[in-house]
Formats: sequence, C-alpha cells, structure tokens
Amino acid sequence: MRKILSFILILTLAMSTFLVGCGAGNEDSADKGNGEAALKVAMVTDVGGVNDQSFNQSAWEGLQRAQEELGVTVSYKESNQDADYAPNMEQLLDENNDLIWAIGFKMGDTILAEAKNNPDQKYAIIDYAYEETPENLVGVVFKAEQASFLVGYIAGKMTKTNKVGFVGGIEGVVIDGFDYGFQAGVKYANPEVQVLRQYAESFTDSAKGKAIANSMYQDGADIVFHAAGGVGDGVIEAAKEQGKYAIGVDRDQNDLAPDNVITSAMKRVDNGMYNITEQLKNGEFPGGQTVVLGLAEGGVDIAPTSDKHVPKEILDEVATLKQKIIDGEINVPFNAETFAQFK
Amino acid sequence: MDKAKNSKLLSMFSGTFGFTIISILIGLGIGAIVLLIAGFNPIEAYGIMLSGVFSKPKYIAYAIIYATPLIITGLSVAFAFRTGLFNIGAEGQYIVGALVAALTGYFFNLPPFIHVIVVFLFAATAAGLWGGIAGFLKARFGVHEVISTIMLNWIALYLNNYVVNLNGFKKPQSEASYEILNTANISLLSEWKLSDAGREWLSNFPFLADLMRAPVNFGFMIALLLALIVWFILNKTTLGYELRAVGFNKYAAEYGGIGVKKSIITSMVIAGALAGLAGAVQVLGVTNKVAVLAAMEGYGFNGIAVSLIGANTAFGNVFAGLLFGALNYGGPKIQSGLQAPSEVVDIVIGTIVFFIAIPGFIKMLLTLRSKKRGDTNGR
Repeated sequence: MRKILSFILILTLAMSTFLVGCGAGNEDSADKGNGEAALKVAMVTDVGGVNDQSFNQSAWEGLQRAQEELGVTVSYKESNQDADYAPNMEQLLDENNDLIWAIGFKMGDTILAEAKNNPDQKYAIIDYAYEETPENLVGVVFKAEQASFLVGYIAGKMTKTNKVGFVGGIEGVVIDGFDYGFQAGVKYANPEVQVLRQYAESFTDSAKGKAIANSMYQDGADIVFHAAGGVGDGVIEAAKEQGKYAIGVDRDQNDLAPDNVITSAMKRVDNGMYNITEQLKNGEFPGGQTVVLGLAEGGVDIAPTSDKHVPKEILDEVATLKQKIIDGEINVPFNAETFAQFK
Repeated sequence: MDKAKNSKLLSMFSGTFGFTIISILIGLGIGAIVLLIAGFNPIEAYGIMLSGVFSKPKYIAYAIIYATPLIITGLSVAFAFRTGLFNIGAEGQYIVGALVAALTGYFFNLPPFIHVIVVFLFAATAAGLWGGIAGFLKARFGVHEVISTIMLNWIALYLNNYVVNLNGFKKPQSEASYEILNTANISLLSEWKLSDAGREWLSNFPFLADLMRAPVNFGFMIALLLALIVWFILNKTTLGYELRAVGFNKYAAEYGGIGVKKSIITSMVIAGALAGLAGAVQVLGVTNKVAVLAAMEGYGFNGIAVSLIGANTAFGNVFAGLLFGALNYGGPKIQSGLQAPSEVVDIVIGTIVFFIAIPGFIKMLLTLRSKKRGDTNGR
C-alpha cells in the first residue's frame, strides 16, 4: 500500500513540474503571436531530414530567406519514417500555420488527404503534380532535366576517358528527369561518350553511393553525376579520395569537395519555397495549380561556382544552350520515351 | 534517522516496477542536463512534450497508435528472449509481415472481417517462416541467431523494395504500393468520418471529432490480445514451460527430456509471427500500403528496447510500448516548439531511453549505497 502511495506521490510531483512548465511555455508563444502577427509558414521534411546536404536543406534555406526578407515566422518538422508524415502535418495544423509545406513527392497522398480534410488550411508540396489540385493546395515541380542537360553537356565536353557515370536514388518520375536529361546533355556534347548508370535503391545510404562511384571510376569513368540525396555524399567522397570529378545535385555542392565537384545541377527548391511564400504574403497564393519552374523561371540552373573548374569556352556554350532551352529550340527529354525521340 | 529513511526508500522501490519509475525520472533528469547544456529550458521542453501527448484526444490516440507496433515487436523479442534467443530479426520479420499484409490486402477479394483474418494469417505465417529460418539455422547448424537475423533483416528490406517496385503492385507516380482494399482495413469508420454525413455528426461532438482525426484503429486491441496470448503460452502451457526451460538452461532442459532444437525453432517461428503481425497491424490500420524503404524504419529495433524496459514480460511490454510510443510521438514536438535542432531532441530522447532501459543498474546503485552505510535492513 505504502509503495503504491509513494509512486502516486512521485508521479504527482513530476506531473506538477511538467504542468507548470506547460503553462509558462504557452504564455510565451502567445506573447510572440500578439506582438508581430506575422505569417507562419512551416515545412515537413521527408525521411532525409533537414541537414541532408541536398533537397530538404535547400527547402529550409528558402524558408529561412523568407524569414529574413519577408518577415514571416518559419519552422520545420522532421520525419523519421513514412508513418510520421500525417501526424507531423496534424501537429503543424494545430500550431496555426498559414501555409504548410510537404518536401518531396513521398508525401503526395498524405498532403492531398490533409488538404481535403482541412479546406481552410493552405498547403503546398514540392515535386508533385496532381491531376486535380484542390483550391487550397499548390504543387511545385521543377524541370530538373534542363539543369541535368547542362551539366551533362559539361561532362560530355570535359571527360577525357569518354566515359561518365550517373548514380540515381530510387527510380521514379523525378529522378528520371535527372537521368535522361543528363544522358541527353552528354550525347549532345559528344555522341561518343558512354554513360554508366546505376541506381542505389536508396536516398540515404551514402556507403552504397561511395561503392557505386568507386566501381564507376575503376571502370574508367572520370566524371560522375548523382541525383540521389544523401547517397550522393558517398559519391562525392569517392571522387575526393580517387581525385576524380563529381557533379552535385539540388544545391551547389562544391563546398563538400572544392577540388572535385566541378558543377551542380541546382534545383532551386529554395526559390520555389520563397516565391510561393512571397505570393502568399501578397495575397496571390496560386491555390489549385501546379507551378512549373524551369530555367526561364530561375527554378533550376547550374552552380555559380562552376567557373572554378569548367573552362570558360564550355561555360559560354552552356549559356547559349541555356538560351536555346528557354526559347524552346531544344526540348530536353525527361523520361525514356522522350529520350528515344530526342536521339 | 537517515539509515531508516534509506532502508525505507529501498524497500519502497524493491520491485522492478519501482526501479523502472526511478530510472525514468533519472533519464528525464539527465535529458534535462543535456537540454540545459544545449541552451534550452528543460522544464519548458518537457512541458511541450507532455502537453504534446496529453493535451488533446487525438494526441493521445496518436501516441497509442505509435505504441501499438512497438508493443507487438516487443512481445516478439521478449518471447524469443525467454527461450534464450536474441531476436534482432524482429525488424525483418516486421517488414515481411507488412509486405505480405499489403499484398494479401490488395490482391485478395474477400468479405470484410474474413479478409482481415486471412491477411493476419498470411502475414503471421510468412513472418513466422522468416523467423523460423534463423531458428532452423541455429538448431541444425549452430549459426548464431544474432548473425542470421541481422542478415535476414537486409534480405527482407531489399525483398520489400523489389516487390514494391513490381508492375501491378506499385502505384504509378509513387514509391509505394497500391492501398489495401477497404475490406481489409481495421481503421475505425475510416470512410464514414471523411464523408459529409460523418463530419456533420462529428461536429456535434468536439471530443470525438478531434479523436477521430487520428487514424484510430483496432490495432491496440489486437496488441493487448497478443500480450494476453503470449502470457498464456509462456506461463500456462506445456509448450511455454518447455521454451522457458530451454531459456533458463538448455542442457538441463535437454537432460529433462525437452527437445532443445525443436524448442529453438518453435520459439523463433512464434517470435517471427508476432513481429509479422506488428507489420500487418501497421499496414491495415495506419499506412494502408508499403513503401520502398530507404533504410530500416526501426520498429523491430525499438521493440528490443521495449522488451528490455518491459523486463521481457507480456504485460510489462504493453506499458513499455506505451511509454516508448509517447516518447517517440511527443519527443519530436520539442523541436518545433522550442526551435531546437532535431539532433538535440534525438540525444535527449536517446538519453531517456538509455536510462529507462537499465533499471538493473539503478537497483545496483541503490543496494550499494545502503550496504556502504552498513544498513543490513536494506534488503
């Protein structure tokens, strides 16, 4: 009996400390809310996490820029497994965010259900295009194949062994854009060059990325491009150890290996996030649409640090190509079918 | 005075349960120090965590939903452990169970209720065989189950990714399979609550409406039922007696006429079936599909911790699972609430779990302290 009593006592003590803490926390946040009345924007990362050196990180950088320049309040929630997506979005809904972002196409179904469930809440998702988008949801997609085409062109011009490599994450619509855009760019530069392709079946396993890149370098490839999130960290590490070239993805990855990453196929997720947030602030939220961002819209590009390794002549040619793509003279293929036609 | 107090303290907490409570408090204390070092107010952080679990009906529902698969994988680990086997393979068995549940849930066309039973049977059988492989290898060739189950985990992961990517099962434009048919769903009124009529009715009852925002399902009931079955098998049947005997001392058990090899295989099959059911419950109740896995999701590994906290008993597992589920669900809320980096939050949760999992250590400390003071009444 005494035992039980003492447990209850301890529990009560513990609880009371917590509850006091609770009260204090709530007051704080209420004060903030009244003082600024700023827009609140939040994002849910996919399983890569916010420091993935790539996609999610770029998204978070976009929101942070929005915080500085637009004065909105931003926050993120990380997901450890697919089952976390829905509860994370529920949580952000309860925190009274004005706009909730889902980073990555894995959340496509979840956010659609949430949007239908909460018609008054605004949502947006990166890398997903719906056939019918609800009025409170925006899909943002990037023409990744255009940037991949440009880095493919650079790789095709710069390879000395006439062999380049491509490491993909998991096959799907999004990565297909990188894959075939890159191949088309390489062929456009030099039809002789062979492209070694392999998928890691993962977006996180950097050890596997390193193993694949190492074997590609051993097979004679001297430049490897990756579109594989965290797997790419391993690819770049392999390039560093072997003294070979790698091409980064999503953000300018030159900082990971300044001597080895010659360029990056940047997908300006940050710009996409920033633009939509700005539109929301100006009351022009493009609900019910799919926003497509390509070279023309500043949604994709090659890294600004490319001039460190890539000769100026090639960069000039790339600039011409860029204009041709924007003008529609070159239609960059984004999957197996369009790639077959491209040839 | 001090002596008497000390002995009292020890006698109060002499039970495993008491030590677990102390361990939890110490874990929270050390977690608080970590938070302080990182520059965050621990009371505020724990407040956010606690209100993030208890302040709304749907939060409680979510915490239970997070706990459900962990309780069942915990049972799986505990069951094998009682036979002296360390089932690290719960993760792989979970994946196989989930995969088979999604396959049978999508391809079979059966009437409601029966469909669910059939899915559970298939998932349990497949995962049971998966676990049985490790049991067989151990019994027949003496391959240590830790090695073989770790290998089987990876095979299960890539098998899952291969099958999910097959045409006809993979939903186009996604990284996941098609969703299971409604007849196999164990969610509570999942269709109705999204319909207009359902929403209108629920709007009259704010408590229920909030609760139903979470994917409420029968999984927790099934977990409780399984805990009961595990308790019954282990403590009330000849089979359970034999399995436990092998766990205590397999040579003595063999001398006593118990088939050790058979017991090892049986134990691994049942443990595998349990972990597989955890996967099936998660698919039928929450995710409704299986996705390409970039990495192990950790249901089986967390099950090891749950089993440890629950002292390898069936009902200890239920409480440990609930605790773990609440930590897993409420913990990450500290991150968005305090703007703390998620790494700090992970360290705090890890610290808490670490201390919860070692009540034996706390027990030792307390006993040592009372001995030092020459207090023989300490025991």
